[in-house]
Amino acid sequence: MSNIQAVYTVWLREMIRYFRQKERIIGSLVMPIFWLLIFGGSMRSSIDIGSGIDYMSFIAPGVIAMSIMFSSVSSGISIIWDRELGFMKEMLIAPVSRVSIVFGKALGTVAAALIQGTMVMIIAILVGLKVSLLTAALILPLMVLISIGLVGIGISIGSLMNNVEGFQLIFNFLVMPMFFLSGALFPIKDLPVVLKLASYIDPLTYSVELLRRIIVGVSSIPISITLPFVLGFSAVMMFVSSWLFSRRS
Amino acid sequence: MNVIEVKNLSKTFSHGIKAVDSVTFNVEKGEIFGFLGPNGAGKTTTINMLCTLLKSTSGDGKICGYDIASQHNQVRECIGLVFQDMTLDDQLTARENLELHARLYGVPDRKKRIDQVLEIVELRDRENSIVKTFSGGMQRRLEIARGLIHYPKVLFLDEPTLGLDPQTRKHVWDYIVKLKKEYGMTIFLTTHYMEEADELCDRIAVIDHGKIIALDTSKKLKDSLGGDTIILDLNDRDVAKALKIFKDAKRFDGQIILSVKNAGKQIEEVLEKCRKNKIEVVEANIRKPTLNDVFLKLTGREIREETVGLKEQLKRGEGFRMRGHGR
Repeated sequence: MSNIQAVYTVWLREMIRYFRQKERIIGSLVMPIFWLLIFGGSMRSSIDIGSGIDYMSFIAPGVIAMSIMFSSVSSGISIIWDRELGFMKEMLIAPVSRVSIVFGKALGTVAAALIQGTMVMIIAILVGLKVSLLTAALILPLMVLISIGLVGIGISIGSLMNNVEGFQLIFNFLVMPMFFLSGALFPIKDLPVVLKLASYIDPLTYSVELLRRIIVGVSSIPISITLPFVLGFSAVMMFVSSWLFSRRS
Repeated sequence: MNVIEVKNLSKTFSHGIKAVDSVTFNVEKGEIFGFLGPNGAGKTTTINMLCTLLKSTSGDGKICGYDIASQHNQVRECIGLVFQDMTLDDQLTARENLELHARLYGVPDRKKRIDQVLEIVELRDRENSIVKTFSGGMQRRLEIARGLIHYPKVLFLDEPTLGLDPQTRKHVWDYIVKLKKEYGMTIFLTTHYMEEADELCDRIAVIDHGKIIALDTSKKLKDSLGGDTIILDLNDRDVAKALKIFKDAKRFDGQIILSVKNAGKQIEEVLEKCRKNKIEVVEANIRKPTLNDVFLKLTGREIREETVGLKEQLKRGEGFRMRGHGR
């Protein structure tokens, strides 16, 4: 049995489930809309970022990265649910490799994150973000790239944790700080030294800066660092998550 | 031909508990083979080792000639599994669940095969319903159908009727028997319901504390107990008299208990004796031995956890009762 077919099958299931949960899709757009409209809109006049761009345009790449992150990391909770509700056993007992299950799951989540990120981008454009068609086309593969590493984080945590509560704990202690330290909402170059260091350790920082560079043309870290970092991080996380998942089962 | 061959298979968990202790058995093609034992006896652990989900500590197992330790994919391709807990995706439809399974196993001509298995378990009319809306019995049937899609040589059923009401249980039994009769399917099942083992299995391995303590057909296991029991409810004044007449009888409150070879034939004789000696029989019961008695004899314990008094237990016995007979 070819493993490509297995990857496709696991991916297919993720897609059917994603489109069946319409409430979840709408629910996941609420937070980004709040950030863009209420936070970005209200602070527009009171915060001056410099570089000649308004605050909403500054945080738009950060909010896109945020929504990609949240939907990507949910791959972990989905693994835990599969385990608790039993379907994981059905996949594990099939004559296919563990790695193909991880890849199917990852690609399914990446596809969902891409849809998510695109919707947030459209919302940002509707409220005033200016993006050329070429840029928009360039952002799509970047979103995929960013999502892969974050999905890897999710699958790794999901493989290490035994229950949803444990995942929630890690989520609050890891994913939320990752978002706030990433420079999604403020320029990291103005941060105090300790926080600045933390930002440089945060892998999401590089994704946010990369997106910001492409979308609005400014960033605190040059693209010659952010792009290779995001590429490398995604590769490493896919490897780590495959290993952790296979080891556990 | 043996579909399953297991020799001295053992599993010791890291915390030192020996869940399966050197079990040896063979399952022939086309037979329904049952593992009967209380919860925690090692039944599921054995299944998990056989289906390559769990590594054995020692011993060998072969399924369709493939080694369970080294030939995982070959073993997996030739077995179908229905787990104790539900393993369907309850947000998908019945057909979608089967479709995913068929794809994972690379089944050719998927649509036709899915139609076939849906028909076997009579769920064709509900194929496009979301599994969440299914009753427990329907979910179990759908899982059986799924286990069949990839033409397995042997079907493993782990507690197939756990948590189902008696009527639904009977329904699931019918499908299991049908699989054997119409499709010649080899089936390995575990259960802690003795009626289930009795009804379905060609051969039964009684398992307790990880060990097989008996292995035979249901009939032979029960015959090994030596016969039936007749229970006479008497008035207190007659008990002593009755004990004099029936020399081997045991006394239990106001009852006397006789062990006989064939209760159906001998009951008349016993009642006749009572009549002659003017012993008033309030009630007479016949009890055929059950697998529970087999388990009781082998382990000194009931197979069910709940403790039932001897009296209730005797009254619960299947067999017929005769009220006010023998006056």
